[in-house]
Amino acid sequence: MEQVDLVENVAFNLINQAVVYLPEDVKKALKRAYDEETSKIGKRQLKIILDNIALAEKEKVPLCQDTGIAKFYIRAGAQVKKLDEIEREILRAMQRATRDIPLRPNAVNPFTQKNSGDNTGRFTPSFDWEIVPGDNLELTVMIKGGGSENFGAIGMLSPSQGILGIKKFVIDTVVKAGAQPCPPTILGVAIGGGTEIATKLAKKALLRPLDKPNSDPSIAKLEKEIFEVTNMTGIGPMGMGGKTTILGVHIDYAHRHPATFPVAVALNCWAARRATAKIGTEGKVEYLNHNLF
Amino acid sequence: MSLHILKTPISREEIQKIKLKDTVYITGTIVTARDQAHRRALSYFREGKELPFKLEERALFHCGPVVKKNDAKWQVIAAGPTTSKRMDIFEEEFLKNSKTRVIIGKGGMGRKTTEAMAKYGAIYCAFTGGAAALGAKAIKDVKGVKWLDLGIPEAVWILEVKDFGPLIVAIDTHKNNLFIDIEKEVEMKKQKILAKLQG
Repeated sequence: MEQVDLVENVAFNLINQAVVYLPEDVKKALKRAYDEETSKIGKRQLKIILDNIALAEKEKVPLCQDTGIAKFYIRAGAQVKKLDEIEREILRAMQRATRDIPLRPNAVNPFTQKNSGDNTGRFTPSFDWEIVPGDNLELTVMIKGGGSENFGAIGMLSPSQGILGIKKFVIDTVVKAGAQPCPPTILGVAIGGGTEIATKLAKKALLRPLDKPNSDPSIAKLEKEIFEVTNMTGIGPMGMGGKTTILGVHIDYAHRHPATFPVAVALNCWAARRATAKIGTEGKVEYLNHNLF
Repeated sequence: MSLHILKTPISREEIQKIKLKDTVYITGTIVTARDQAHRRALSYFREGKELPFKLEERALFHCGPVVKKNDAKWQVIAAGPTTSKRMDIFEEEFLKNSKTRVIIGKGGMGRKTTEAMAKYGAIYCAFTGGAAALGAKAIKDVKGVKWLDLGIPEAVWILEVKDFGPLIVAIDTHKNNLFIDIEKEVEMKKQKILAKLQG
């Protein structure tokens, strides 16, 4: 059996894990937020969120009805065979997951407004490929709803605005989003690279677990500073007031052109759904952030 | 911050007693509608056509559920709220014509809807975003579905619910609006944060 033969089942399991069970780091952050929240309504919202997470796990149903549009991050070893068949296998998994879990069909043609009915369509789901040395095939699914996606932003700052400009842009983005992206949210922030690199890196930064700060201490410090100031806004859980607005900030960057200073922000709702598996040779499958299968 | 268990149909007198930040649970009929269903409903009102579902003294739910069809019967698997702000542009005309008593959603609605709620006797209740497993558990039956040609999320789902909630009253019939209050506080805090960052 070749690795590609396992892709459909593994991708199906990943989608299923992601929509039903939140990763441990996200649950831990929500529990801590509940313990520390001082606003009465805010604390109540967090309690309902925790109750809902537990109920979804117990009944094995999607924890949020917006099962989003899936994005697959593929890290393929250069030695993996039949790379050209992987996307097709994932599309099959997507269609099966939509029917059997089930998911809400969310892929709509922007011109005809017709829903494809199976969560597949042009660039849907989308794929992000990395070819790495070796023979492992690593698949990650990110399930992200429309509510948080609507408030992603890119700012083409002037280079002289510097770090202060970045902070201001992130605060503005968070305040503008207010209650609508289902706070407490997670922020992916990317600096540099031009519009497409920055937005791509900002979203990819959302994959990093909440208990892992940036490995570069100076960037980790900026993450902490942005975390603190955005939580001072008082938006609170579900935008109903409180001290928990942001669960974490993940920053990534690319080098920039001397004339440009792009800053991209991707917001993830509290239901930060992701799951990863590694398919080794000889059919060995390892699920990396859920121990369910 | 008192507790109200509302049973549909809900009278105007009953709704006017409810205050901002009160907790509400609903038993009876709730009907889902989001962007496309609102657009179609408004075109029905303008053409003088009757809607194929009844909202009078009932609750409207901004939601696109996850559903499953077992044989011929629909079942709701997950049903939390969607962002209500997108429906702000429709709601005055919608409330006037449909006589809806309660709107359930998330993230709040604006001044125009707040004014319309005072005028026509309706409240806005916030349901926790993402709380779809809890929402589905309170749904006892799917009474019907209309406008399924709009796709599953945008169709109108007529749902029989028991103790649907907890919901927090975020707009009452006296023009109070919790989200607008919070937004004002946030704006003031933001100015302070920015001033501090500038040094």
